[in-house]
Amino acid sequence: MINKTFKYILFSGVLSLAVGSCAKKLNLYPENDLTPDKVYSTPAGYKSVLAKIYGGLASGGNQGPAGQPDISGGLDEGSQIAYIRPFFNCEELPTDEAVVAWNDQTIQDYHNLSFTSADPFLKGMYARPMYNITLANEYLRNSTDDAVAAHGITGADAASIKSSRSEVRFLRAFNYWIMMDLFGKSTFITEANVVGGPLPKEIQRADLFNYIVGELKAIDGDLAPVKTIEYGRVDQGAEWALLARIYLNAEVYTGTPKYDSAIIYASKVIGGGYSLQPSYAQLFMADNDKRKDEFMFAVPIDGLHTQGYGNTTFFAHAASGDEATKDYGVTGGGWYGYRATSGLVNLFADKTGGTDSRAMFTTSKYETSPSQMLINDISNFDQGPHVKKWVNIRSDGKPTDDPTGYFADIDFPVFRLSEMYLIYAEATLRGGAGGDKVKALNYVNLIRARAYGGTSSGQITMNDLTLQFILDERGRELYWEGHRRTDLIRYGLLTTGTYLWPWKGGVASGTAVDSKYNLFPIPASVLQSNPNLTQNPGYN
Amino acid sequence: MRKSISKMSKQIGVLIFFILVAFGANAQNTVTGKVTDSKTGNGIPGVTVTVKGTKTATQTDASGNFSIAASPTSTLVFTSAGYTPKDVAVASQSFLNVSMEVSAEKLNEVVVVAYGTRRKQDLTSAITSVSSKDFQKGFIPSSEQLLQGKVAGLQITSGGGAAGGGSTIRIRGGASLNASNDPLIVIDGVPVDNNNLPGSANLLNTINPNDIESMSVLKDASATALYGSRASNGVIIVTTKKGTKGKVRFNFNTNLSIGAIDKEVKVLSADEIRNIINTNAAATGNNTFKKLLGAANTNWQDQIYQKAFGNDNNLSASGSIKNIPFRVSLGYLNQDGILKTDHFDRYSSSLNLSPDFFDNHLSINLNVKYSSTNNRFADQGAVGSAVAFDPTQPVYDATHGSRWGGYYEWLQPGTTLPIDLASRNPLALLELRHNTSSVNRLIGNVQLDYKLHFFPDLHLQANIGIDDDRGSGNDNRDSIMATDYKTFGRYSYYKQSKQNTIYEFSLFYTKNIESIKSHVDVLLLHGYQDFLTNVYNYPSFGQNGDTIANSVPTHPNKGINGQLPADKPEYRLESYLGRLNYSYDNRYFLTASVRRDASSKFSPATRIGYFPAVSVAWKLNEDFFRTSTVIRELKLRGSWGITGQQDIGGTGGSFNPIYPYLPVYSYSNSAAEYQFGSVYYNYLRPGAYDPNIKWETTTTSNIGLDFGFLNNRISGSLDFYDKKTKDLLSPVNQAPGQNFDITIVTNIGNLESKGFEFVLNTTPVKTKNLSWDFGFNVAYNNVKITNLGPQVNSIPQSNISGGTGNQIGIFAVGYAPYTFNVYQQIYDSKTGKPIEGLYEDRNRDGTVSAADEYYYKKPAPDILLGVNTQLNYKKWSLGLAAHGSFGNYLYNNYNSNNGVLRIIKNPINVIGNASVNYLTTGFANNQYLSDYYIENASFLRLDNINIGYNLGKVFKNSSLRLNANVQNVFVITKYSGLDPENSDPHGVDNNIYPRPRIFSLGANLDF
Repeated sequence: MINKTFKYILFSGVLSLAVGSCAKKLNLYPENDLTPDKVYSTPAGYKSVLAKIYGGLASGGNQGPAGQPDISGGLDEGSQIAYIRPFFNCEELPTDEAVVAWNDQTIQDYHNLSFTSADPFLKGMYARPMYNITLANEYLRNSTDDAVAAHGITGADAASIKSSRSEVRFLRAFNYWIMMDLFGKSTFITEANVVGGPLPKEIQRADLFNYIVGELKAIDGDLAPVKTIEYGRVDQGAEWALLARIYLNAEVYTGTPKYDSAIIYASKVIGGGYSLQPSYAQLFMADNDKRKDEFMFAVPIDGLHTQGYGNTTFFAHAASGDEATKDYGVTGGGWYGYRATSGLVNLFADKTGGTDSRAMFTTSKYETSPSQMLINDISNFDQGPHVKKWVNIRSDGKPTDDPTGYFADIDFPVFRLSEMYLIYAEATLRGGAGGDKVKALNYVNLIRARAYGGTSSGQITMNDLTLQFILDERGRELYWEGHRRTDLIRYGLLTTGTYLWPWKGGVASGTAVDSKYNLFPIPASVLQSNPNLTQNPGYN
Repeated sequence: MRKSISKMSKQIGVLIFFILVAFGANAQNTVTGKVTDSKTGNGIPGVTVTVKGTKTATQTDASGNFSIAASPTSTLVFTSAGYTPKDVAVASQSFLNVSMEVSAEKLNEVVVVAYGTRRKQDLTSAITSVSSKDFQKGFIPSSEQLLQGKVAGLQITSGGGAAGGGSTIRIRGGASLNASNDPLIVIDGVPVDNNNLPGSANLLNTINPNDIESMSVLKDASATALYGSRASNGVIIVTTKKGTKGKVRFNFNTNLSIGAIDKEVKVLSADEIRNIINTNAAATGNNTFKKLLGAANTNWQDQIYQKAFGNDNNLSASGSIKNIPFRVSLGYLNQDGILKTDHFDRYSSSLNLSPDFFDNHLSINLNVKYSSTNNRFADQGAVGSAVAFDPTQPVYDATHGSRWGGYYEWLQPGTTLPIDLASRNPLALLELRHNTSSVNRLIGNVQLDYKLHFFPDLHLQANIGIDDDRGSGNDNRDSIMATDYKTFGRYSYYKQSKQNTIYEFSLFYTKNIESIKSHVDVLLLHGYQDFLTNVYNYPSFGQNGDTIANSVPTHPNKGINGQLPADKPEYRLESYLGRLNYSYDNRYFLTASVRRDASSKFSPATRIGYFPAVSVAWKLNEDFFRTSTVIRELKLRGSWGITGQQDIGGTGGSFNPIYPYLPVYSYSNSAAEYQFGSVYYNYLRPGAYDPNIKWETTTTSNIGLDFGFLNNRISGSLDFYDKKTKDLLSPVNQAPGQNFDITIVTNIGNLESKGFEFVLNTTPVKTKNLSWDFGFNVAYNNVKITNLGPQVNSIPQSNISGGTGNQIGIFAVGYAPYTFNVYQQIYDSKTGKPIEGLYEDRNRDGTVSAADEYYYKKPAPDILLGVNTQLNYKKWSLGLAAHGSFGNYLYNNYNSNNGVLRIIKNPINVIGNASVNYLTTGFANNQYLSDYYIENASFLRLDNINIGYNLGKVFKNSSLRLNANVQNVFVITKYSGLDPENSDPHGVDNNIYPRPRIFSLGANLDF
């Protein structure tokens, strides 16, 4: 009897356990990560996604300083998939302004003007703007009036989300500008392209130009007026500045010059209420957020909140060696990597910085003597003039935010008033309608007055104001800010034999290279993964 | 009742036989006798007695007695499963006393298979079982190393010589590219999660090897498909020792060991460095480095290594109390590593109860294993630092006092601050860092088997188990350490735990149908397994008490100061399984099974997978060599099956391998935020995902032959297999703009491997006092990628040290995974030395570019070899065990990174030490991608020499055995690096933690 009772208990017990466990679910969700419906259920969720879209220009991933990269695929988080450092490599390393001592993968191919479609740095550089655009599209899909209303967000919160859409469209256009400038044509996606949908299509350079210009003009009325939005966000000033820059290069991008439009938009910025700050050096120091009146847009970088090896921390470390702590404000020694060629330094008549304060080459140890300027061995950091423009030192002498002294507080100015003055002057000299040469001369002299410590000793006359002078002045004013390659291409000097600098084309005395290097190749892995895309001429 | 029927029928049979004999065989004498076991002296029932050359046969009765008609000139053949057959001439004897010996290889040996056991001779699939007596000997802290060299096609490669360190285990080379290639490990019916826990060097070191009874290695799909979705890389079933009925017996064993470094890395001496620097300074006129030279002669490797002591003690008791069989054990192991400060110890205990109730209708098997391990991890960076640190500098530097603990460090000129990018003092790395952890693991399960009272052929079974792991640790770097001086040291605490549970319920039906000579058993099973990890977050502190900025968890769920987990990744499997075993006449065997798994890792549309398998075996000996004494066993096996893989790897990016199909956003940490005005906002980032991701599946075919000749003094097996994996879970390039990353893991591509395995065990000598066993196994495996999807031919792999982002290997269609992709070095025809920077322009386009790289060799071996031999003479025994690997290549990253002038004259203005390889090449700069550094790393290692002496009875009812061991005796190789045996699947050798040579003494007392 006991046995029988036991049997039934056991039998039903086993069965009930078996059945009971069936109730367990296989639909499991992460504890901390949020599904989209949760993300967009609060205004704070929208703001954090917006921060990520901006942050695509500041951070390489979701964990500072490194560890959760946005872009994987075996690429290096600091040097290959961030925005500031990889963009700097593309714009500065192929030119007279910079040369690197390291032998990381293909990094030498930049200065040698011999990059190929297999280049991992270019793989990352292609991926970063496209990633930022993908984020922007995701936000635009989820922030339509209907979507916001469906999440029950109303009133001021809803209005704030609505106005942020124009900023996101600006950022999307800005990232497309990077694609247009570096690679010419681009993968083209808008908010209509959903994740996992059909393969994206290609857009040609001229079409992309029209798209970017169209987008920027379309959001003009929605963006905040100049200087009315929080620091770190974009307003009309950024939009005008980007339009001015794009129109200046329109002939390169589309074959048709648009200097008239460049003058219009440069003038809008110049008239927008910005002002040159008294000290050139302070524009690139750890507390340069104080100089925001000269910036249309700067990417804020902070030693505690925006740690990374791919933003301005890179500038202060890579440009320094054992002088890092003393002269660059970073502890622990420099990275012994980047310095200029004599091509850049020779733009300055006085290389000491004693007259033109922008000549920030000499340090206590590294002179600008002919022997220091000479680079016999690319991999020897001791050879070549060191650049002390980006320093993690505050103008007020206070300590920087990161108590370890490692990560930089230097914000990265994307557009400065000086660039707008020089765009106005160049577009005017190139015959743009509406330009005024007297104004142009005045603008250039404003820049030079600041450079010469507020004195008139650097002033030029109308006779001095030539296109070559403007190119050189752009070199002096904007070096190491990510303009040089674009400038040399506009002047037809990047690949030709007209202007040679040390180690151009991999030869100590410099040499001309194939004109295909005016564009970067579409990375082979990108072509492999998307058959809709085509390679740039001359590359395979 | 059944028992009595069979007894009666046997008696009737004997009676009929006697009648037949009495009436029919008058020309012959009746020979009677008794067959006994040579050891016990007990009669053996059921022995077949045949008159040689005739069909006359009988069987012994329950007491071992027999009677048979045979002429005086004939010879009787005695055969019985499990015993060595014996021929006895009748001659004039009328009563034969025949003593039979248990055969060397017991045919009745039972092997643990998936969800049950089988007689070894009935196996239909490729399974190798190794029992405790055949385990690798010596001082072995981690259980997988017991199998080293013992199983054909099983590769066990320890990560190095770290105390308590783990191994990479590969069965037939693995079946995946990016997904895990680790086999599934099942401990007493609980499939365990083999992913490590922070604080554990190796989760397998939490199991005491002394508690293990046997390990079965399941290789083909038929054997493994019962584990369905996790079985593609093979399965290792670990079975621990059980209680036995009878008197309580005790066992105590102890082992003392001492380990020492076998071989140091060859680096330049202080004088050689001084000579190089001085010569170079004289030639260039640049005295920068000359000024940095020191006057000391320091061998940094001597500074960091030590003699390592270990001891291992185990006490167990087994027997039964009140008819409940039990076994309990306690173990304590204590081991130093040869790297100073490296230490591991383990307290372990286990309990097994296996009572039966209700006339054996309900049997319960309860297993509980609990262990507590403590680690002090030595900073293994010291290994690399010791070979790279300037030998002209002293260990201690009095000039800056105790600022850096008194240790010499490279300082920025004119300051007392260290140079960040310089190597750190190797000894300081060890002595100033205190990195300790403890891991507690409980594996427990209860298995119920209820044989229905009203239908005893049917069993109801349940298996409920838990694997609970808790790891925590403190990683403390002193504020005087040059590595973390900026934050005044770094004090970190971490904690993580896992609770993996299993519920399985099954119906098991078994039936002998004697009328059709058939045996059938059927298993139906339904189960759940749940894998839960609890991640706790804690900030790190400086010694001054300040929180270190980017260590602060910023997620809204911070886990409330570690009281609650901050994250709980979890996945779950639901399974149904059916299996049929059928055998006919002990000759033909069939196993068919199908498993249905559903995994929470995949979307509802793709989460269900079916994994069928079928296998057959034919005992040729039963059909053709039934009476042969030469051929005792000859069995042909064939199997086919499909297994799955769901252990998805990450991409390094935002793709989440636990929830790969879900679109989810994750928060950034406090050091990745964007500033709006004066407020910093952390990011919410959408992760890359693939809504269509599903199982990777492997189809395996296997043909095998098991044989045993000459009384099984020669036995072995031969297997051929073919594995094809499709829908590989691989990192796949995504078109930029198509997903939230340019790489996700999804199903793409195919991999194929083919191979064979041959095992031979022999007993060349077997006499009363002397026996010699010799065995070896050899496995050949050839793996290649056959497809990487429609648009991709190759994917670069294998990051190396030096530069940033350099990669040396590739996944390429038509080649083995991680094949090296390198430039072809050009050599000076006179000196034979490689010419720096000069490579073959293989495509003859006039320039050497990435297009000139070529695929050259691979890290995976072609052939694995294991050799074992044992010599017994009276009470002495001598054993040797060796294993080897052939056709495997390594990239000597140490030479490529450290064999250059640039490492001596480091551009960051410090002096370093170089590999002696620099004296050969004379390279000024690194030539990372040269094929010069790809070296043949084939090797043969003598793992172990073991000498044993059995004292026998030392006092009443107790016996004692003593043994002495040498492990890691020698290695034969052409490889120029420290050790050719490397667990890195990429084949990149950066100098592992050296494997020590260990001497040990052991005693084993049964009482």
